[in-house]
Order: sequence, then structure tokens, then C-alpha cells
Amino acid sequence: MRVLGLLISLLALTAAVIGSITLGVTNIPLHQVWESFTHFNGSNEHLIILTARLPRALIALAAGASLAVSGALMQVITRNPIASPSTLGVNSGAAFFIIISAGWLGISGFQSLTWVAMIGAAVSGGIVFFLGSIGRDGMTPVKITLAGASMAAFFHSLTQGLMLSDGKMFDQVLIWLVGSVAGRDLNQLAAVWPYMAVGMLAALLLGRHLNALSMGDDIAQSLGQKTAVIKLLAAAAVILLAGGSVAVAGPIAFVGIIIPHIVRYLIGNDYRWILPYSAVLGALLLVTADLGSRYIAMPKEVPVGVMTAIIGVPFFVYIARKGRRAQ
Amino acid sequence: MSKHRIFRSRNAKVSFMLEHRTLWVCLILAVLCFAVMVISTGTGSQFISPLHVMKALFGDAPPMEQVIVMQLRLPRIIIAVLIGASLAVAGAILQGVIRNPLASPDVIGITEGASLGAVLFIFIFTGTVSIHWMPLFAILGAFFITGLLYVLAWKNGVSPLRLVLIGIGVSAAIKSISYMLIISGPLQLADRSLTFMAGSIYGMSWDKDVLTLLPWVAVLLPLTWLQARNVNIQALGDDVASSTGAQVQKQRLILIGLSVALAGAAISIGGAIAFIGLMAPHMARRLVGPSFGSVLPVSALIGAILLLVADLVARTAFLPRDVPAGVFTAAIGAPFFLYLLYRNRNRF
Repeated sequence: MRVLGLLISLLALTAAVIGSITLGVTNIPLHQVWESFTHFNGSNEHLIILTARLPRALIALAAGASLAVSGALMQVITRNPIASPSTLGVNSGAAFFIIISAGWLGISGFQSLTWVAMIGAAVSGGIVFFLGSIGRDGMTPVKITLAGASMAAFFHSLTQGLMLSDGKMFDQVLIWLVGSVAGRDLNQLAAVWPYMAVGMLAALLLGRHLNALSMGDDIAQSLGQKTAVIKLLAAAAVILLAGGSVAVAGPIAFVGIIIPHIVRYLIGNDYRWILPYSAVLGALLLVTADLGSRYIAMPKEVPVGVMTAIIGVPFFVYIARKGRRAQ
Repeated sequence: MSKHRIFRSRNAKVSFMLEHRTLWVCLILAVLCFAVMVISTGTGSQFISPLHVMKALFGDAPPMEQVIVMQLRLPRIIIAVLIGASLAVAGAILQGVIRNPLASPDVIGITEGASLGAVLFIFIFTGTVSIHWMPLFAILGAFFITGLLYVLAWKNGVSPLRLVLIGIGVSAAIKSISYMLIISGPLQLADRSLTFMAGSIYGMSWDKDVLTLLPWVAVLLPLTWLQARNVNIQALGDDVASSTGAQVQKQRLILIGLSVALAGAAISIGGAIAFIGLMAPHMARRLVGPSFGSVLPVSALIGAILLLVADLVARTAFLPRDVPAGVFTAAIGAPFFLYLLYRNRNRF
């Protein structure tokens, strides 16, 4: 049953990717897409496909999958239903570190910026985690959410200020504020995908242990689990995944919060399945949202981060209202 | 000599209590605020000594300095004072009503709502409707969002924590909608909107900005002060407050309304200047204790000083760049927020 569901989701994802390659301001028929791979002739359509549409679809796919999986991981280790790379400030931390190093320290080269993004993700995630877990009651959802929101606001406004006072073009500013998958090329994805792959693999291997962890630290320990090690490994995976996706697509919000909840609703609480489902559905969401973002302000494009935030907030509100633990 | 003095109207409908300590603190802060105003007016690409600034105020300086002080710099200074005070008081009310030391207009999304209203105005009405109407849009936006928050957070009454959580989420969505508007509009408006969203008091003028904001502040601040005792009651918590006979939910609505109006008016002029509303009330409580009658004037003064200093640093430290003041307030405000979170680590 679960295998079937996963297959159906994969099919839907394939359809979405094909849609993302063929549809847009210029609609390109499917046979031309095929020809652009087999008989590239340098025509406009072929160029669009190979330099714009394909990178875009693949980046959306990779970023969506990474963000959703890292959201699922964060929700287990913080035991907080509204944890995600964006609500806990991990994404905006990574974006800010990129801006600082690219603009002020003169670090260039995509490979090094990827590392910078991961350091940023680790630093801001670490601070939020620390602030959320001090105090008598340990880590409470409210504390960690507030810490995350203020870190996000902090990095967000610094990023905004730096870019505004640098006289950067508006569209360049925007990608680091809300995240976008447009106008990037395959080299950028090539630089980050190994990190994402490692993070993804680690996450999938952790599934069984996360099941124990999700029952609470005490139970997990009594089952013989070294909870600290598992949490550290999961956190490392989060940093690889979130940092990598920010490096290539900017701080895209709410994918990491929506998808794990949908998945849990669909298939229950088994993390061996939640993680792969999250990856596929996260990719599906981001590819579809990116496709939708082309039609809102045609012929201009709305960054996909804006779309995910608008889709994601009703979910957030629903979870905050419902969550027993979130009060 | 008693420690405080009570003022009461004849029918006892209106009364408030002033502590002597509060009077002294206010006096000192007022002097400090004035001093910062004078220094800030004198500082810029051309330095004018405080003495000459004073002379210019009385129309007694050389014509060149007269123009710089009166036409170019003073409106910005006055605006900083008005906005700082309004935001600080708006934050003080929220912290009292929501009973959460971490509440402020920017944390729960009121600021984003006002920004959305203003950005909407910029995109729909620029060139056709007078700019004087922009504050109205910002305030409407702020009220709309607060109403939405209230509805979404309502579940047998509004629980303060749920309000904050939902506020954080909703403000992310609102910000995204603002960005969406900015992208789909023409480029020259985009820059203006983006600066607005960062919060800047650059290029203020007497008739366009000061005269637009002043009436709002002049009406709303005294109104708030008259409500001071209700804030004190709200701070006791719902159960105790209703057992004193207060209509808790109704008072809460009125007070939040006042706070939203103040914040909305301030934001409509200065943009989304963050964290003043968070910091000022805390500093005020440190100085004069938790009674709202004292906290209100003191945090208004502190808010004014904070924004004056932030703007002074933001426009002089990175010359010739004029960094939006909001960036600077956020840069000191967010660490302050984290510090508060640390201090209150056992409360949540």
C-alpha cells in the first residue's frame, strides 16, 4: 500500500517536472523537448529548455526534497510540530552568511559559498536550539519558535539592509530574501547536490532510530538508543540539506513545515516511510509551486518562496490552533 | 512626603496615580531626549554646533544653517521622536495585554499588516491620490491583520501565546504578499516599497510627514494614558482581572485597537521599523517598575531616544550611504529579544 502510494507520488512528480519543462511564457511541445536532448539544433526553444527550464525544474526538485526532509527531521528532534528550516531561522541564517561572504569578504566560487551556507545554517540553528532548550521545562515549542522567529527577523533585516545599501538590483535582493529557483544554472546544482545526497542518505538510514526518538527521549533511551548521537546525526543531515538548498535556491519557506504534516496524515507515524514520502512530496510541491508562480504575474515571475509562504501559512495556523503542545 | 500623588476627576471616572520617582525619571529622560535631538540635528555631512542649532531654532542663525536645520534636518528629527514614542507605547500596551514580555507590533504581525496597506497604496494610487491618505491605508492594513489574527487565534477567548504563534506565521504570509505586489509592479515603485519595508525616515518634510503623523499621536497617546489602569488590570491575568469586575475581553479589544492605531500611524510614515516597541517598554519597566501609568510616558521617551540614536548612527556611520534606520534597530533589537528569551526561559 505504502509502496503504491510512493509510486503514485513519483509518477505525479514526473508529470510535474515534465510540465515545468514544457509550460511557461513560451509553451514548448513535448517532442521538441526530446529533440533538444537528442538533436540539439541551437534554436530558441532548445536553448530555453537546456539553459532555463531544465535547471530550474531540477533545482526545484532537489531543494523541495531537501527542505521537506530537513523539516521532518527537525520536527522529530525538537518534538515541535511547527519546526522547519524557515521557522527556526536556519534558512535566513544561511542566506545572511552567503550575503556577507559574497559581498563583504569577497568569497566567490559556488563551492565555497555552499560551505558558507552550511556554516550559517549550523550557527543560527545552533543558537536557536540552545535558546529553545535552556530553562526549567527544557525545549518547549513556544520558546523554540520565538527564538527561531527572532533569529529569522534578525538575519532577514540585516540581509535586506546590506543589499539595499549596496545598491544591488532588486531581483538580486529578492532571491536572498524569499528564495527563488529561477535564473540559476546547472553548475550551481552540481556544486551542492553531493551534500544534499549525503544528507538525504543519512536521513533515510536514520528512519528506524527516529521512530524510537519520536516517542520521547526517555523511551528511546530505555530501548538502548544513544539519543544524543542520533540527534547530532539528524542535525548534521539538516544542516547539509537546508544549507545546500539555501545555497542554490535561497531561503524558501514553509515547504519543511507543510510536507511532513501532510505525509503524517497520509501514512501515519513511521519515519522509515515519512522520510522518503517527504522527499518526493516536497519535490512535487516545489516544482508545482514554481510552475504556478509563472502564471501569477505573467510575463513576470513571482519567486517560488512567495508562493510557498502563501500556501504554507494556512497550514501553520491550523497546526498552531490545533497543537496541544503548541499552547 | 508620600511616594506618589493621585489625580482624580470629580466624578471619579478618570483617575491616575503618579509616582514621584516617575516624574524625576521623565524629567531626566526629556532633557536627554532634547539633547540628543539637538546633537542629531547638528550632525550630518555638514556639522553644525549645538549652539548654532539652538540659534536656528529661534530663527537667529545664518540663512544657510537656518535652511539646513529647519527645512532639511528638523522634520526628520521630529518624526523620529513621534515614531519612536508611538511604537514604544504600542509595544508597552501589547506586552501588558498579551502578558508576554516578548510581544511587540513587529513580532505579532501588526507591522507587516501596515506595510502591506502602504505597499498596496503605493502600487494602486501613486500619482492619482494624494500621499496624505497613505497613513489611512497603513492603519487599515494593521487593523485588518489584527482582526484576522484575533479571529484565527480565537478559541474560547484569545490565548496570548496562540496569538503570538499565529502572528509569527501570518506575518510571514503578509510579507510574501507584499513581495508579490512589489514584483508584479513597475520597477521604480519597487525600490520605494522595499525601503519602506526595511523602515527608513529618510527625506521627511513638514507638511507631508510631520503634519500627517502629529494629529494621530496627539490624540492617541493621551487616550492610551487614560486607559492605563485597565492595562494594569489586564496584566493580572484573565481570572483575577475578571474577578475585579473588569470586562476582560472588551478591554483587551479596546487596548489592542489603540496599540494598532498607534503602530499603524507610525509605520505609515517611517515604514516597518522593528523592535523599538519591544525594547523600550522593558527599559522603562527597569526604571520605574511595572505600573503602566508610569511605564507609558517613560517608554515613550525611551522609544524616541532609541530611534533618534539609531537613525543618527544609521545615517552617519556608513557615509555616504544612508542605511535605513530599521536595519539598525533590528540589528540591536533581535539580540535583545534573544536576551529576553533567555531571561524568561522558565516561563514558557
